[in-house]
Amino acid sequence: MSLSEKLMEHLAGRSFMIGGFSIPESVVVTWGIMAVLTIVSFLLTRNLQVVPTTKRQIYVETAVSGLTGLLEGILGKEGKRYVPYLATVLLYLGISNVIGVFGITPPTKDLNTTAALAIISIILIEFAGIHQKGVKGFLKSFAEPLPLLVPLNIMEIFIRPLSLCMRLFGNVLGAFILMELIKAVVPIGIPVIFSLYFDIFDGCLQAYIFVFLTALFIKESIE
Amino acid sequence: MSLVVIGASIAVLTGVGAGIGIGLATSGATEAIARQPEAADKINKTFLLGCALAEATAIYGLLVALVILFLK
Repeated sequence: MSLSEKLMEHLAGRSFMIGGFSIPESVVVTWGIMAVLTIVSFLLTRNLQVVPTTKRQIYVETAVSGLTGLLEGILGKEGKRYVPYLATVLLYLGISNVIGVFGITPPTKDLNTTAALAIISIILIEFAGIHQKGVKGFLKSFAEPLPLLVPLNIMEIFIRPLSLCMRLFGNVLGAFILMELIKAVVPIGIPVIFSLYFDIFDGCLQAYIFVFLTALFIKESIE
Repeated sequence: MSLVVIGASIAVLTGVGAGIGIGLATSGATEAIARQPEAADKINKTFLLGCALAEATAIYGLLVALVILFLK
């Protein structure tokens, strides 16, 4: 049972000792992603002009307006203030799901990372509801469309983050297990093709779906 | 040990439902786009959402199977 032992080892996750603290690998990789995102966005947004003359600025403007347009299409006008957060999560998840291609352990393969993101999402969703409707309107929204559905609406608060967290974690873990199995059968050549699907396509799709669902729930709660 | 493995394999059978669900969603989406190509953007969004929700059941099955196998 070498495969199951290997799997258990990966599930438990490695951790580094930094200054006497045991820090999980997912946190260290997240620091790396944060540093890369910060440096890249700093380098890309230097010397911006009102009328763009450099190619760099044109590309950046296209990318940013595409991203905000995509999220604004889901959120509508009233949810505009949540676009920057969602775009940041999309970038972070996109990078952390695809990073497996370079042989770095994706942070999303750690249940704690996805759980944290899901908890942030549900807090944001409920906050958006309170912000838009006020406390009274927010409490009233639990009794919609029927007062009979109150228990179901309360259950939804717990089910939504659970399903968001499990979907992301399960997809990344499932892809990882399948890749390990394929590598065990054919070590050379074939895994590259499957890696294209599982690491790049599925990784980006899952990042999109996580943000898409969060945006949809926010839209629902501010309506 | 063998009973545990059989239990895990039954849990993974949830994948059948997800497969059927995603198949139905895809057939509906292709038909809708064929009828109304200009609405492709909206249809794609709804289709992706439906796929994500249908796929979740398969993922739950996988997680339950893993829990049964490794975290007895």
